[in-house]
Amino acid sequence: MNWTFFHKLGSPKWFYEISGKWLPWLAILAALLMATGLIWGLMFTPPDYLQGNSYRIIFLHVPTAFLASAIYVMMASAGVVTLVWKMKLADMALKCCAPIGASFCLLALISGAIWGKPTWGTWWVWDARLTSMLILLFLYMGVIALRGAIRNVNTAAKACAILTLVGVVNIPIIKFSVQWWNTLHQGATLKLTEKPSMAPEMLWPLLISIAAFYLFFTVVLILRLRTEILDRERRTKWVHKIVLTRLGN
Amino acid sequence: MSDSSLRGRSLRGRSLQGSRAFLGLVKRDLVLAFRTPGQTLNPVAFYLMVASLFPLGIAPEKELLSQLAGGIVWIGALLAVLLSLDSLFRSDQEDGSLDQLLLSPHPLPLLVLAKMSAHWLTTGVALIVMAPLLALMLHLPTQAFPALMLSLLLGTPLMSLAGGIGAALTVRVQRGGILLTLLSLPLYIPVLIFGTGAVQSAVEGMPYSGHLLWIAALLMLGLCLAPLAIAASLRIVAD
Repeated sequence: MNWTFFHKLGSPKWFYEISGKWLPWLAILAALLMATGLIWGLMFTPPDYLQGNSYRIIFLHVPTAFLASAIYVMMASAGVVTLVWKMKLADMALKCCAPIGASFCLLALISGAIWGKPTWGTWWVWDARLTSMLILLFLYMGVIALRGAIRNVNTAAKACAILTLVGVVNIPIIKFSVQWWNTLHQGATLKLTEKPSMAPEMLWPLLISIAAFYLFFTVVLILRLRTEILDRERRTKWVHKIVLTRLGN
Repeated sequence: MSDSSLRGRSLRGRSLQGSRAFLGLVKRDLVLAFRTPGQTLNPVAFYLMVASLFPLGIAPEKELLSQLAGGIVWIGALLAVLLSLDSLFRSDQEDGSLDQLLLSPHPLPLLVLAKMSAHWLTTGVALIVMAPLLALMLHLPTQAFPALMLSLLLGTPLMSLAGGIGAALTVRVQRGGILLTLLSLPLYIPVLIFGTGAVQSAVEGMPYSGHLLWIAALLMLGLCLAPLAIAASLRIVAD
């Protein structure tokens, strides 16, 4: 198999060029899917037999909650790459992911609270799933704070990688919290190995909005990464060239 | 003498040296702690004060306090450990002995484990010894005392180990104390949940071994992985 494509992705310059070509298409696709999933889910799906219309926040809550933990796992993988292969791009991805992941985590907590008020009758309970999500938010904040506290870029990269890896312990706790502790939060709606317990007319818009949020994350990450690349590579010739042509226009 | 027996002897010699270095480091840290008793006693005094703030701040009623006692003792212990962690590597960093540790031929995770053991012996053990007194002051039902002691016995070394990672990452950061808190607290929450869960179960007269086994499992995980993470962090921030 030809791995040049994969290896090239590790080069900031090559990534900057190729992502510039991908970006408009990804953005359009994300916008289309987001509109389809959310409009279908919020306006055209039938109300739930138990929760009425309040369940519709699922189309926002589930994708953000998915992403909040998925981004952390991604950061941890980037951390391994940073520590083992010392790829610059992996650390940039780790740095750029952290605020996005924290935002999704906060959004999942807030949308969960809004959903909890009509269904459970309370904004917040100290349930295992909710508490472990809150810890995830603290972990994100810790990674961001540590990055801010260490001046040296290389030291900060490795220190953040270690901290991210240590925090991974929390991810299985979040994943299995609804099974290990039988508390208020409902069990998983979507499982890879089993038939979904949702009606197909609710399932499809949910799957579409999950895909849309993943794409949205990709677009935001690429935008952040491109800025980060330009900042860190500001001493190189190719960045000077880009800046000069931009200024010339 | 054959080659393999020579190698065997030198390997044995090295592991002996390793254990000697381990014990030597533990002894050094203990001696340092006993020579400056303030550093050891301060977290314990802090522990006592935090615990006595709760009855003053909430209500001095016996029924309420006996409900809250387990959580108060645990949170007090957690904050006291956190307070003591700041000086864990900082004084070594200031007098240069941290660099000597990094340069030593012995495996750094082993030395780190020695430092963490000494830290637990000076703070964790003191907190465990104080716990029954606090529990008595806060009217914890007597049937919950074994659960409290056992959960602290398993939980305090885990708090030392998990907090050590934060302490190592922030050792060269100016005024890193608040950052250390931010990094360590998320790692403490699972221990806190299981620790107070064990005490609460015991108060209600239910079995609490499940909670203790969870803390024990986390402690095993911490003993295996935390020294590696602390050692790696110390090497990274030393660059």
